[in-house]
Amino acid sequence: MFRLEVRNSTPTWFNLALPLVAIAATLVLCSGLIALAGAGVLESYGVMFTASLGDSYAITETLVRAAPMIFTGLAVAVAFRAKFWNIGAEGQLLAGAVASCFVGAIPMPGALAMLLMAIVGAAAGAAVALVPATLRVKFKVDDVVSSLLLNSVIYYALMALIEGPWKDSFSGYPISPPIEDSANFPVLVEGTRLHLGVIVALIAAPLIWFLIARTTLGFRIRVTGENPEAARYGGIPVERVLLSTALMSGALAGLAGVGEVGGVHFQVMSDISPGYGYSGIVVAMLARLNPLGVVPAAIFLAAVMTGAEAMSRATGVPAFLSDVIQGTALLAMLVALLFTAYRIRRVGAAR
Amino acid sequence: MPTPAPLIEMRGITKSFGAVKANEAVDLSVAPGEILGLLGENGAGKTTLMNVLFGAYAPDAGEILIQGQPVRITSSADALAAGIGMVHQHFHLAPRLTVLENLLIGIPGKSGRIDRAGGLARLAEIGRQHGLTLDPDLPVSTLSVGEQQRLEIVKALFRGAKLLILDEPTAVLAPSEVDGLFSALRSMAAQGLGIIFISHKLNEVRALTHRCTVLRHGRVAGRVDDPANTTSAAMAQLMCGHEIVPPARGPSTPGEAVLTLDAISTSTHSGTALRDVSLAVRSGEILGIAGVSGNGQRALAEVISGVRAPDAGRMTIAGQTVSRFSPREVQALGLGRIPEDRMTTGLVTNLPLADSMVLPRIGTAAFSSKGLLKPDAIRTFAEEQIKAYDIRCPGPMTRAGALSGGNLQKALLARELAFDPKVLIVSQPTRGLDIGAARFIHEKFLDMRAKGCGIIVIGEDLEELLVLCDRIAVMYEGRIAGTLDSADATIARLGLLMTGAEGHG
Repeated sequence: MFRLEVRNSTPTWFNLALPLVAIAATLVLCSGLIALAGAGVLESYGVMFTASLGDSYAITETLVRAAPMIFTGLAVAVAFRAKFWNIGAEGQLLAGAVASCFVGAIPMPGALAMLLMAIVGAAAGAAVALVPATLRVKFKVDDVVSSLLLNSVIYYALMALIEGPWKDSFSGYPISPPIEDSANFPVLVEGTRLHLGVIVALIAAPLIWFLIARTTLGFRIRVTGENPEAARYGGIPVERVLLSTALMSGALAGLAGVGEVGGVHFQVMSDISPGYGYSGIVVAMLARLNPLGVVPAAIFLAAVMTGAEAMSRATGVPAFLSDVIQGTALLAMLVALLFTAYRIRRVGAAR
Repeated sequence: MPTPAPLIEMRGITKSFGAVKANEAVDLSVAPGEILGLLGENGAGKTTLMNVLFGAYAPDAGEILIQGQPVRITSSADALAAGIGMVHQHFHLAPRLTVLENLLIGIPGKSGRIDRAGGLARLAEIGRQHGLTLDPDLPVSTLSVGEQQRLEIVKALFRGAKLLILDEPTAVLAPSEVDGLFSALRSMAAQGLGIIFISHKLNEVRALTHRCTVLRHGRVAGRVDDPANTTSAAMAQLMCGHEIVPPARGPSTPGEAVLTLDAISTSTHSGTALRDVSLAVRSGEILGIAGVSGNGQRALAEVISGVRAPDAGRMTIAGQTVSRFSPREVQALGLGRIPEDRMTTGLVTNLPLADSMVLPRIGTAAFSSKGLLKPDAIRTFAEEQIKAYDIRCPGPMTRAGALSGGNLQKALLARELAFDPKVLIVSQPTRGLDIGAARFIHEKFLDMRAKGCGIIVIGEDLEELLVLCDRIAVMYEGRIAGTLDSADATIARLGLLMTGAEGHG
């Protein structure tokens, strides 16, 4: 017989080991599905690995896919630290994409266009995040529900735009007009899609880590998240901290959209994000809300996504497996988190 | 009294957490009809022992016998089935459900239906037997703390408990409610129940219990067979291992008023409102605020701490008028604050202790500059205070929640006193603390008083206030019912003021 017992302390190595154990458990669990689809488990995972991390081109593709999830992962990690439950990174990403695409389509010098795209995209994401945060601070509206529902509002607003007034008159498809060529983000390695935005994402992670760990604002965010009452009594303006956190979180999610427009798609279409906003939640949880952990976690999910397509072609296992792996990884991580607070203890069988 | 066969017996219980032996070879027994006091300082192993008995921890060694039969208790369900009921310090009730619904949680009804009639009959019977009456249809959220505790006791009896464990039950009660609790407990014992009463308050233990077991460092330090005729000092010595002398409060030479409230009134928005409260604390003086809880003490503490702005009236700190009533403003003017509830409004249990210790002053030059933290300064500060106040913990990066209550209180004290406050507001400073820790806290207050700090102590323990304070003001229904010099104050006179009888200022 086993039972859970409260832990008095958590060893440090645990915090590093947990995500790895969760990922291992996920791959084991999902191997059953691969077997069900009639393919070899090791062969399928092998294809997945080679296709996503096996050579330098594959690695650049994985990084390109990881970039938006680094941003949304950071967005979620920052928000969750303050216990602002931002489930709306998807909508904030879309808002950032629309806004930056709008700016990018205006003729101007390339460097200025890119800078403005980033600023306007971040601002759009921040503005969207401000809605659930304000509702919570002013009217105690549940932020999980409001931020989640706002995703649909924004998605369908985007659809209305690209099906209607913003429809590309040239192609006739429900896609927005492209941004100016000069506003396309420069590619860093010839022959790949590794664009400027990826580097910005990789730099953003340590910057956000520094902000959380080493600045007074970060201190206030952490304290507000862990105990808002103690924070208030300690002279921290809790409401203002929550609103600042929301702005920052939304801006980061907005930048994910900017990167997709400026570096990958150069326009906005209905499937510009295959759920990067929601994946951001998985990324942040796998990273245990540590901004530095967001990078490997995002790369892991990106590798699964890129790898799953190749695996599907090679072995016939449906590419949907990547979604299953993502979902299972989140659940495995949530279970794993239980062990930071509890330990399993064997109890002798009852008489 | 004669000792019949023990209702429950724990033999040689040993339980370790890592290298720490929380319990070592502890023997304990309770006879039917007996009230056993379980004494010990914080960290002496009382809670661990009771958690073993209640099935939350599995002991490393030792056995538990119920009416002579060895039993194995591995969960609270086992404990309940074995007739053991526990009333924790923090209640385990569902606030939105009614009294009756809370009682019926986990009790299988007939063919999937709730046996409401049976429950009502049982509740009425328990009420008659022990004077524990409760309205079955009131939602728990509307009950007072005392009534919630009564419900916890009734819940245990409802499930047929033969042994009732109460973990510091009086810590949450007003003095008048304590009498009611004690008479109920005596009635239960008279009908053959065994009771384990855990408390720090030796006068209560002497008044109530038949026998005491004293723990120290996880072992049984001694037993007291006749608590009523044993002095508190002797029991305290068993608990601490050395003699405890109450601190001597020398004469004070109060100076200028450092905190004044002039005709402060608040709205009735939450809890009892303040009505036209005026008071002054002078430097070098300790002013006590006595009163049955719920008579406006909370509003008073909130106004002084700057988390609630009054509707009318004026407050000054060190001669400066408080204008905005924010915690930051009152801190900047020189107010230090030791909250009643360390865990909810004082510390951040999930973050390192060092973070909690610098929390109110994180924006000052000592711990940050230009928006950047000074991690080394924070760490050094925490390390210094841990040393100076003998806070027992592995280090400044320990999770604050892992510390014991006494050590947390020391940490809060250190954090406020390190910056030489001109005024200190303190609520229930020694609630839940053992004698040694309480003594330490009292000494620190007297040191601060000698240094010219004005201290305002809100408390319910009149004996503590009488030892500590120069003057005692009594609150009744949001007003100051009267203020006494502690030289003239007696428990009887304060008690009279506390019940609203006319007093003289």
